[in-house]
Amino acid sequence: MIENLIIIPVLFQLLLAITLLFFFRKIKTQKVISISGSIVAVVIAAFLFHQVYDEGILTMQAGNWQPPFGITFVADAFSTTMVLLASISSLAVTAFSSVTIKKARLRFGYFPSLHFLIMGLNGAFLTGDIFNLYVWFEVIIISSFVFITLGGKKVQLEGAVKYFTLNFLASILFLTAIAVLYGLTGSLNMADLAGKIKQINNQGLVQVTAILFLVGFGIKSAIFPLYFWLPDSYHTPQAAISAVFAGLLTKVGIYALLRTFSLIFVPDDFIKTLIVIIAGLTLISGALGAMVQTNMRKMFSYLIVCHIGYIIGGLGMFTTAALAGAIFYLIHDIIVKTNLFLVGGIVFKITGETHMKKMGGIYSAYPGLSLLMAIPLFSLVGVPPLSGFWPKIDLMQEAFFSGNYFLSGCIIFGSFITLLVIIRFWSEAFWKKNEQKELKPHVKYYGTMPASQKLFLVGPILLLSLVSLYIGLGAENIIRLSDQIAAELMDTSVYIEAVLGTSHTIDTP
Amino acid sequence: MKQLIFRTATGFLLPLLLLFSVFILLRGHYLPGGGFVGGLIAAIAFVLHAFAFTLKETRKLIKINYRLLIPIGLALAFFSAILPMFKGLPILTGLWVYEPLPVVDMVGSSLLFDTGVYLVVVGVTLTIIFTISESA
Repeated sequence: MIENLIIIPVLFQLLLAITLLFFFRKIKTQKVISISGSIVAVVIAAFLFHQVYDEGILTMQAGNWQPPFGITFVADAFSTTMVLLASISSLAVTAFSSVTIKKARLRFGYFPSLHFLIMGLNGAFLTGDIFNLYVWFEVIIISSFVFITLGGKKVQLEGAVKYFTLNFLASILFLTAIAVLYGLTGSLNMADLAGKIKQINNQGLVQVTAILFLVGFGIKSAIFPLYFWLPDSYHTPQAAISAVFAGLLTKVGIYALLRTFSLIFVPDDFIKTLIVIIAGLTLISGALGAMVQTNMRKMFSYLIVCHIGYIIGGLGMFTTAALAGAIFYLIHDIIVKTNLFLVGGIVFKITGETHMKKMGGIYSAYPGLSLLMAIPLFSLVGVPPLSGFWPKIDLMQEAFFSGNYFLSGCIIFGSFITLLVIIRFWSEAFWKKNEQKELKPHVKYYGTMPASQKLFLVGPILLLSLVSLYIGLGAENIIRLSDQIAAELMDTSVYIEAVLGTSHTIDTP
Repeated sequence: MKQLIFRTATGFLLPLLLLFSVFILLRGHYLPGGGFVGGLIAAIAFVLHAFAFTLKETRKLIKINYRLLIPIGLALAFFSAILPMFKGLPILTGLWVYEPLPVVDMVGSSLLFDTGVYLVVVGVTLTIIFTISESA
């Protein structure tokens, strides 16, 4: 039964989490199950991706209820790409966390929560029902609360309060928007909504609902001016956890934005302009924030905010070329941001510091490792031919030719500041001479680790760097993929037809 | 502090509440009730016992590790979800035994799901309450 294949990435993560709960106190068994399970998950995701890429959109009606009444799961090129990227990142993170996370934290359900989180992500990507999307968002944030408070340090709880409050607010807005939408149309199926929303007379209320969605998802994906919770909370948890948050959690908000604003609400000029302005300001404020930070992880957090601007900008222009650029950037960003925080984790393990001024001498001590870490850092900047280069060119070109000079200026500014910040980080942490200082007793230093543990630290970074290199050097394939996704986002009739069936054609007024 | 009336009453109430919770679980598909409420009632029965006697006595009474109920319940729910897959149907499709059984009436995969929820709720509630009262 090919249709059930869609839900396998979700079910498999659930199965992993349940199995891990049976071994709640046996940490070693958990590590083995989690890592090997994540490898299988990548294979499953790759198979699903291949299947959809070859044969077009797959749909499944959960509970065998006919659409639009039941919950539909839809696997199109966009969602399966996201699932594939999420499983690659989570494989890297599980391997990385098996050596970096303290035993005391592993004993309190770290790995089960991680797999519940990935299950939520996969569900959010694959669902075709707006209320079900909300439910997956809840699964995601409940699991992320576990991570952000695990360990219970004072600074963590402070970050957690901000994270909790803002995400809760976003969920309420999201839920309210769904309620209004349901009141207007009587439907929750996204493909069905796409047709019904156009037939509503009260387009003013539809516009308000669209803004509610924009604010709700905007908080989750940290766009201007709703981003301030992110740099305040992302630097407190462990490196591996921040990596999941950075690579995947804000991106699921972006995914939801791209999905709803192409399928349900087709942006008009007002919303387009609004999104473009927000994108520009996100780029500027994120870049300025990153520039003044001296704490490595806070700087990385501001870079997340900054780079969200590229994707939102692509959405704001809303042309096929711009969306293709945005999708390409999203693909690149998931891998590279996860990797960036893992690099941050290793840098901390080597130097024992998160403050950039106090670091140094990594290059002279570990030249090979430094070159490896240079790949994600300079992919992020977009040094050609690494992966960040291509989407930035696409977006900049599209912004320039469509007359969005403000946005193209902001894109250049954002890229330039990213370059500056990463170069400063490189020269401080890697090239600067290291002053002798006494080792901190509570930090487990990289130099003192056995080779097997080093392998689990470097392996994930190597894996993600190879994926990054592929995205950069095999850009032709990625461009073809993102063009296809963008075309599907612009012309939603294929999606709608796949969900509702050909007999259920929608007459647009 | 010994409260004779409370203790005696608890001795009767514990089996009654447990029985009632199963009743609520079984009627839950078409009528108000279900696994969540049933699980809460079952957990309350044990909490009552812990109040009347002590936590130690309740631990002795339960015998099994109640934390294990969480993954067992989840596994049951998971199994009920994937059961239709083996018959070539989409997941979560309701499968039913067509003849009504005595006492429990109609039985289907949703009852299995509800039983899973029941066990998870009992496990979670007992874990939370016992952890809090231990540290208090």
